[in-house]
Amino acid sequence: MKFKVNNNEVYASTGGRPFDKKKPLIIFVHGSGLTHMTWVLQTRYFAFHGYNALAVDLPGHGLSGGESLKSIEEMADWVSAVIDAVGHKEASLVGHSQGCLVTVECTSRYPDKIKTLSLMGGAGAIPMNPQLLSLAENNDPKAVDLMMDWAHGPAGHFGGHPVPGLYHINTGTMLAKSRTIQNTLGVDFRACDNYKNGFEAAKKIKCPTLSILATDDKMCPVKEGKKLAALIEGSQVDIIDNCGHMMLLEEADRVLSVLKKFITTNYPPLSS
Amino acid sequence: MSDKKKELKPNTYKFDTLSLHAGYQPHKNAGSRQVPIYQTTSYLFDDVDHAAALFNLERGGHIYSRISNPTVGVLEERVASLEGGTAALATSSGMSAIFLTVMTLCEAGDHLVVSSQLYGGTVNLFRLTLPKFGIKCTFVKPRDTEGFKKAIQKNTKGIFGELVGNPGNEIMNMPEIAKIAHEAGIPLMVDATYQTPYLCKPFEHGADIVIHSLTKWMAGHGSSMAGILVEGGKFDWMQNDKFPTMTKPYEGYHGLSFAEEFGPTAFTMKARAEGMRDFGPCLSPQNAWNVLQGIETLSVRMKKHCSNAEEMVKYLMNHESVAWVSHPSVPDHPDHELAKKLLPNGRGSMIAFGIKGGKEAGVAFINNVKLASHLANVGDTRTLVIHPASGTHSQMDEATLKFAGLSHDMIRLSVGIEDIDDIKNDFEVGFRAARKPRLVSNQ
Repeated sequence: MKFKVNNNEVYASTGGRPFDKKKPLIIFVHGSGLTHMTWVLQTRYFAFHGYNALAVDLPGHGLSGGESLKSIEEMADWVSAVIDAVGHKEASLVGHSQGCLVTVECTSRYPDKIKTLSLMGGAGAIPMNPQLLSLAENNDPKAVDLMMDWAHGPAGHFGGHPVPGLYHINTGTMLAKSRTIQNTLGVDFRACDNYKNGFEAAKKIKCPTLSILATDDKMCPVKEGKKLAALIEGSQVDIIDNCGHMMLLEEADRVLSVLKKFITTNYPPLSS
Repeated sequence: MSDKKKELKPNTYKFDTLSLHAGYQPHKNAGSRQVPIYQTTSYLFDDVDHAAALFNLERGGHIYSRISNPTVGVLEERVASLEGGTAALATSSGMSAIFLTVMTLCEAGDHLVVSSQLYGGTVNLFRLTLPKFGIKCTFVKPRDTEGFKKAIQKNTKGIFGELVGNPGNEIMNMPEIAKIAHEAGIPLMVDATYQTPYLCKPFEHGADIVIHSLTKWMAGHGSSMAGILVEGGKFDWMQNDKFPTMTKPYEGYHGLSFAEEFGPTAFTMKARAEGMRDFGPCLSPQNAWNVLQGIETLSVRMKKHCSNAEEMVKYLMNHESVAWVSHPSVPDHPDHELAKKLLPNGRGSMIAFGIKGGKEAGVAFINNVKLASHLANVGDTRTLVIHPASGTHSQMDEATLKFAGLSHDMIRLSVGIEDIDDIKNDFEVGFRAARKPRLVSNQ
């Protein structure tokens, strides 16, 4: 569906179901340089089971208009504005990687609006490798290739996509190259590198929170994810073995089943 | 600090490694080092919710082997990885891959621009069969790049061609034709069977969909029929209103828009969800496994195929019984320079040559070679020969043969990986027999 936030058109996948204001809202926030399509193996399930599943394209990404937002704080405010724009008062948030920084910040800023928080491959801070940051800011496609290399665990490098026939390293590459790299990945990496408030924001979160971490995640290692989770009261942690940072593709079924249990328990769907 | 000095390099696996490993994780398959053959029709559901989720594309997995199968899935991922594609869908043959591609792209009333130099079966599909489904085609000679542009109509949905035409070895200027297609907002579909991804990766030159008859060099051993379509992931189906079946809600899946939902893999998802469901040209797991065995040695075999082919080109060019030789490695081949650009790892192992004495000599040659096999296939490890005008393209009339660039003296040679001296010795036997009738008639 398309709607406007701050006068810019926003695209959000609704998981193949029409948006229905009566249903509780889950917002999925993608990682650096990516789009709503990274969530396809999670959103469709929730959309067909009593939720409005909105996998947004951040401004300047995927099918959304406007320019990429330059800070995690701006993105956090933007997510809150999305909730307003679609006519809801509250939502459950799900973030991946950079999306975790955004949703942590958003939850700390708008505690009354956010009912549950699910973090995948999250950390309190994501400092960027200077060379990688420079490559992305200089529009070098090598930045995407490096990201895809580091984002997939050793097993993920062989493929084995849950959807038959899809090769996820190439699919991720194509998503990250679908718009100008320096305007998406470059801006996002800089925003991640600049963001320093993650641990403080985490301390303010009181809603039920789940962290899904992966043993082979090089971008946000388990150690960092646990450090963040330890600051969030009552936070649950689920660790996936033999999986990298792109857990939502590499181990999509496992992620969906953990997410399903957590969200339906803490933020029940509209029963049909 | 060391990061600043050391240049970062992606460590994703390279071609030869992907040929052996892509698409398969042993630890998820009882530790089996070899890809298991999942000889089954169907797959247990965990519960009703799981079944519904699979049918509704809410999660990945297998339902019924007509739609997908784990062994076939490994093959699909492996070929997608080798081509640099986002997704692939394997079929029972190369022809079914072409048919499925067209039926995923087109509806009745649509039009395609098609290269005239194609495998005979493909010509008949486009010329005779697709019109029965309301899909019309305009044929353009592969070297007539501007002709492709001129042939595009309002209802044209794509351009299709073989990168190196069968059997005349004319090469499409793929980068230029891709530009023409993209300016018109339509995809370029390339049958790259002759090249395999070892010789050419069409996505790097602008193609949007790549099709292979895996039966040929990819499987390589002449044992199994298989085909595949591979998606490049760059084509924007939403850029215009030409592809409503990709972009508009689809009744068959609760109003799903394939382009919105699946983006760079939308075409493959639609081909599988709709095409395999409704047409069902599925690949058997045994054949998928056979093809996987072939792909493991693809680069090794292609090197030998190409080196043997270049030796044969030299031999044929200097032979008194040969009127002409067509192979992109020949310096005066009209596409020699283009071939260097598009086929940097080798020009392929298909040679067309004209035998002195015309059809009669051609028949004598074919009937007398002993090592080379006379059959309707290419890309076997063994050397194969055929006389197209009386074999693969025999269903064409005189005018169509001429338009397709075929002549009655043409022999199509698929060079195998035998010892090169043995192939040459065998050809000497054939040439001697081919000269005999003429010697007799000259006396």
